[in-house]
Amino acid sequence: MSMRAKTLRRLGVDFTALPHAAVPAWHATVDAPRWLDAARHAHAAGSRLVSLWGTDRRAMAGGTLAVSAAYALPEGLAWVDLPMADGTPGYPDIADQHPAAARMQRAAADLVGIRPVGAPDARPWLDHGAWTEHHPLRIDPAARAAPAAHDYAFVRVEGDGVHEIPVGPVHAGIIEPGHFRFSVVGEKVLRLEERLGYVHRGMEQRLARTPPLDAHRLAGRMSGDCTVAYAWSYCMALESATGCTPPPRALHLRALLLERERVANHLGDLGALGNDGAFAFGLAQFSRLREDWLRLSGAVFGHRLTMDAVVPGGVARDLDASAREHMIEQCDAVQAEVRALRAIYDEHAGLQDRFAGTGCVTRELAARLGLAGLAARASGQAGDLRCDQPWAPYDTLAVREAVHNAGDVAARVAVRFDEVDESMRLIRVLCATLPEGAIREDIQLTGAAAFGAGRVEGWRGEVFVALELDAGGRIVRCHAHDPSWHAWHVLEHAVIGNIVPDFPLINKSFNLSYAGHDA
Amino acid sequence: MWKILRQVVHAGVASERAPDGDDALRTTAQSVHAELLATLGRALAVRHVDAGSCNACELEIHALENPYYNLEGLGMRFVASPRHADLLLVTGPVARNMELALRRTWEAVPDPKLVVAVGDCGRGCGLLGENYATRGAISTVIPVDVAVPGCPPPPLEILRGILTAVRAAPITRP
Repeated sequence: MSMRAKTLRRLGVDFTALPHAAVPAWHATVDAPRWLDAARHAHAAGSRLVSLWGTDRRAMAGGTLAVSAAYALPEGLAWVDLPMADGTPGYPDIADQHPAAARMQRAAADLVGIRPVGAPDARPWLDHGAWTEHHPLRIDPAARAAPAAHDYAFVRVEGDGVHEIPVGPVHAGIIEPGHFRFSVVGEKVLRLEERLGYVHRGMEQRLARTPPLDAHRLAGRMSGDCTVAYAWSYCMALESATGCTPPPRALHLRALLLERERVANHLGDLGALGNDGAFAFGLAQFSRLREDWLRLSGAVFGHRLTMDAVVPGGVARDLDASAREHMIEQCDAVQAEVRALRAIYDEHAGLQDRFAGTGCVTRELAARLGLAGLAARASGQAGDLRCDQPWAPYDTLAVREAVHNAGDVAARVAVRFDEVDESMRLIRVLCATLPEGAIREDIQLTGAAAFGAGRVEGWRGEVFVALELDAGGRIVRCHAHDPSWHAWHVLEHAVIGNIVPDFPLINKSFNLSYAGHDA
Repeated sequence: MWKILRQVVHAGVASERAPDGDDALRTTAQSVHAELLATLGRALAVRHVDAGSCNACELEIHALENPYYNLEGLGMRFVASPRHADLLLVTGPVARNMELALRRTWEAVPDPKLVVAVGDCGRGCGLLGENYATRGAISTVIPVDVAVPGCPPPPLEILRGILTAVRAAPITRP
């Protein structure tokens, strides 16, 4: 423990532990020099930036505009908060230490109107000019006179034979929208620049205007493919802010839902990856298994994607013995098929030729850019909250982490296969050891201003929610962070030097969320 | 190759069985196929546009392409370009950042064209209504023929929505 607590002390900041955090978290209010110190020390200790966001607290007594950063330390989450004097909404840029901060700082500038002083890239990020409000997360957002989408200054690559391929925002398949600007020579990609934000729906403004006990439904729609991870993370933050501990049965059921969500997504991706490698057989097989999986979810939880199953204080529905039996039977059946398909994928020369060595992310790059989650584990960068910060019920499950080192598409496929196997084991254990008792605990909004933090290892990586309640029990700020923020940045690097036709495959091997990122 | 063949045989034909008399949906689908050919003179080409969805609707549209629903067997397929499409399948509460792209995609679809709005957001009655970043119902931006309820609608409902739009379509071809 002393080794662990050391990193927190090294940040040089006085932290207060959040009292009821399911995953340990600390909060501190700092001045500008200490803000920068914390960023430097976190970087020196190899701790990644989880998220950065802005908050307008001017509706509260003594409140100001503020910027917050959350770092993942070995002992838990360190949430550092820098209030800014009114009129000069600037703060020290931390993108030198944490490159992933750059886009989050640009998003905070768009949403809250606070700026990183001296940051080289001041282009808007989420705001394309079409919103009807300026700085929509301020308490008094100004109406925009004539909203109209504006042009964006992409970085040009100069040189003989370099040309650009613009793709999107509407893509050729059934995919979310985003723009990719490739600079290529022949088939080879010299540079990819992403422009995102097309599916920004103002989720965080909506969250702040929703009663805390209803907001889990909105959180569950940040990114539909991670609805359980988001809803759990939000509920964890709310429960931590209000001192509520959900009953053990509810926590077991949440984990069951989360592992089912992981399997459902991995099955879909494994099929789509086969398809993008010109092996349509894989898509047919895996999409059939995924459909079986979703149908059982629909029958048991009343929703194929299990939306709204996780609720504040617990879960919405109980699971009877026969449903658990069905689930275990399905695990046996699907697992046997997945293993057979893995053998087929592994031995398929054409597929392996597409997978191996494609879209490589080295461990060093993953660490430098703060990558976490599935893609990081495929680059030898261990880290899985279920293992590193095992919250209940994961503290009793001894989750086996899937780590591969090659960092290519093949490694991201292998991590998915391993994780399907492990999740099947977890689902069986969770079904077999489901504790008796209630499935929901009432939440009392305490009437005291409070911070709450939620962290859940979703299938793509860590979903983080930071929540601030005021004394009236209302949401001041709810920031929900998608792991895609870091991974989108990494994807720009992963594609360099590859050929254009491999981009869809590389992109799919990450399968990042546009909705979760754009929010 | 042996393992692939074994898996193919093991999986069998997943497509749900063709018309038994009381299989209401399948019967409908089969007759609509004939209607499709009669009205359009060919198969139905569908183009999808995400106009601000949380991606759950996309997951269920994807599911339509799995072997159970046998979409191509019904004469429908998803196409890469709006220029090739007869029908636009649109999701989301129309993010203002996507409004222009949605309009342009709609304009690029040759007449006569159909639009099916998928999901509660697109119908303007979901959790996500109009705000600074979204327009609300898809019909506020482009004409919509059929709107499919659900958050997200299951694949069968999406299919039903497409069939409804096609059946009602007053399309005649030379």
